[in-house]
Amino acid sequence: MRNMNKNWNIMTGNEAVALATKLAGVRFVSAYPITPQTAIVEKIAEMVANEKMDAKFIEVESEHSAMASVMGSELAGVRSFTASSSHGILYMHEMLNWVAGMRLPILMAVVNRSIGPPWNIWADHSDTMIQRDTGWMQLYGESNQEAMDTIILGYKLAEHKDILLPIMVMQDAFTLSHTSEPVEIRDEMVVREFLGDLNLPFKIDTNRPMGYGSLMPPDGPFMELKMDMKKSMYSAVDRFVEITKEFNDLFDANFPGPVEGFMMEDADYALITLGSISSTAKYVVRNLRNQGKKVGLLRILLYRPFPKDLVISYLRGLKGFGVVDRSSTYGPYGSLYMDVISSIYGKLEIPAANFVAGLGGRDVRVKDFEEMFTKIMEGEEGEIWINVGVK
Amino acid sequence: MVLVPTAYAPSSNNKTSSWRTTKPVIDYGKCTRCMICWKFCPDVAIGVTQGMNLEFPNERFAKMEAPYIDYDYCKGCGICANECPFDAIDMVQESEM
Amino acid sequence: MPFSIPKEEYMMSGHTACAGCGATLAMRYVMKAMGEKTVVTVPASCWAVIPGNYPNTALKVPFIYTPFASTGATISGIREALNEEGKEDYNVVGFAGDGGTADIGLQALSAAMERGHNVFYIMYDNEAYMNTGIQRSSSTPYGAWTTTTPVGKDRVYKKENKKVVADMMMAQKVPYVATASIAFPEDLIKKIQNAKKVKGPKFIQILSPCPPGWYFNSENTVKIARLAVETRIFPLYEYIEGKFTLYKNPNPLPVEKYLEIQGRFGHLSTEEIQKIQENVNKRWEELLDREKGKVIT
Repeated sequence: MRNMNKNWNIMTGNEAVALATKLAGVRFVSAYPITPQTAIVEKIAEMVANEKMDAKFIEVESEHSAMASVMGSELAGVRSFTASSSHGILYMHEMLNWVAGMRLPILMAVVNRSIGPPWNIWADHSDTMIQRDTGWMQLYGESNQEAMDTIILGYKLAEHKDILLPIMVMQDAFTLSHTSEPVEIRDEMVVREFLGDLNLPFKIDTNRPMGYGSLMPPDGPFMELKMDMKKSMYSAVDRFVEITKEFNDLFDANFPGPVEGFMMEDADYALITLGSISSTAKYVVRNLRNQGKKVGLLRILLYRPFPKDLVISYLRGLKGFGVVDRSSTYGPYGSLYMDVISSIYGKLEIPAANFVAGLGGRDVRVKDFEEMFTKIMEGEEGEIWINVGVK
Repeated sequence: MVLVPTAYAPSSNNKTSSWRTTKPVIDYGKCTRCMICWKFCPDVAIGVTQGMNLEFPNERFAKMEAPYIDYDYCKGCGICANECPFDAIDMVQESEM
Repeated sequence: MPFSIPKEEYMMSGHTACAGCGATLAMRYVMKAMGEKTVVTVPASCWAVIPGNYPNTALKVPFIYTPFASTGATISGIREALNEEGKEDYNVVGFAGDGGTADIGLQALSAAMERGHNVFYIMYDNEAYMNTGIQRSSSTPYGAWTTTTPVGKDRVYKKENKKVVADMMMAQKVPYVATASIAFPEDLIKKIQNAKKVKGPKFIQILSPCPPGWYFNSENTVKIARLAVETRIFPLYEYIEGKFTLYKNPNPLPVEKYLEIQGRFGHLSTEEIQKIQENVNKRWEELLDREKGKVIT
């Protein structure tokens, strides 16, 4: 840890993200308004207009164009950023795949919001779960501090020369995006030193003219390129552990890394969660511990690549667990549940339930988590929807 | 280092002569070196040459740069023959393979 | 004989365009005018396959492939980032077909022009989706056969008029707008040189005949492009910072001369050809009015 002034402020998750892009030395931002993301780019526009941030900001006419324009700017070798939510993420789906395939380490902040119809602007993870197979890495944060730190860590990870893949960093609508919390503002000079300059080895250069994304026949290295993306992405788990350690040392921080185990050491039963509902879950875990129940919580921060070995190491020895999916997907079970189960297949045999909760911003309450723990301790399995049919 | 989908080889590595069924042949005795054929070639298959021992319509043209067909790339579209104002290019059937 | 266009080539041979491809001539001329400090972006289009298979590339400058709808947006990002890097002297060029411009890419184009980035957007207009096999676009002219406007028992050729994107760009007051033709490369190159003097967005629509798509023999590509201008089917104009100039050929030919050598118009009756002639005459008068400063509605 360096000598530096600790600088705290009260800010929303959206403000924390905007400030993080300035700290990270982002030089090009392009975005389209959508609730509840808009405050991020409003803040960036304001910082640029007041020369507090040295970047070019443009507001484009759609999310598809937002992603296409940051593809162009990143290819030109300039650290780029965009932010969106919900239907905006769906609208840029095509470009998400293109950006990942081009190996561009772009960052996008996502304020997780449900997908209509009916219109609903509140939190769930359906918008980004739908994008889990686009070649983007995904980080789900729990607090406004993490909203800031995942941007900084995200650029470090994405721009690593052996990874070069984009990252979306998530925070839950309103619970984080519009709620103020104390956030420690990371020192700008140290962040810049931590990240260094973007050095894209294949950036646009008229002295080295190339075709970017040309036609590839079946006997060209198409499969090899896709395999390399997967390999690079999965090398990011260990890399993220290293980067987290470096970050925590530099900033005297306690960022958890790819996953966070909470009271998991001697747990018999556990829940697995993503995002802001984890805070309520931790509260319940503490209460149950006080009642002598050996329960814990495993929070996944890095969802893509899925940190399967870490998950296995935490689940080993449990008598039962539950996975909370806060998204509507249409596989046999929820996405997170299926990822966990396929990761432990053949390695661990533990009864596991899949809870679907908190869609469209529905509150996931203390008693909901208590119900989930009760069910897993009773050995229930299968897909169970929580807090439904009571309205 | 990661694999990136960037293409780097010149397309001229790819010969397109086999696409042709007829080929343009320049009659240098008629050619006034006006370069209209060069100008309108979509395949960049008409080059410019000097100092070759070519025929010419009259002495005025003897020392001028002249067009020549690069048969490695000519696809035989016939634009050059069609656009030549002096009727100096004939399209000739390619001999059977 | 002096060369009437720059000698330097930035497009290489060995590309895989069809014989007699008009779009390829368009690129060759555009690049001659742009020069080596240029970055070209193409969406899904013929030009996404013309450079050939990986690892080949057909231009001597960086060439970015982007999805169909995103040419306008991609060049916006490239431009602003290059400016951030102090590379204001680079020409940033979008090079898209008529489908990628008049249809799926129109929103991104219009927005990029409105935002005022210092970019060139070149629309090579071959009047249908040629890379996918000749389907109608909104830039396909009235009367044309395409695979999705087939001429069967019901004679369902395209019954709607061509959407002229260059006209839309003038309506939007884009600082530089022009139409050009591959039959007049000197004029085309001059227009790009004029456009270079304008700081801000530039839009140029180039008529680029397509031998397989329009059903004509490949040697006629340039001839047909010339006839399009001589019959006033595709008028050439230039609009610089609000000033409109129309190229006026003194002795226009009847539209029949243009239509009769293209298979895509082979089904048209005398009455239908007459209707096309009337529309061409009407549009010509409108363009003359515009030049005189009259408001076009």
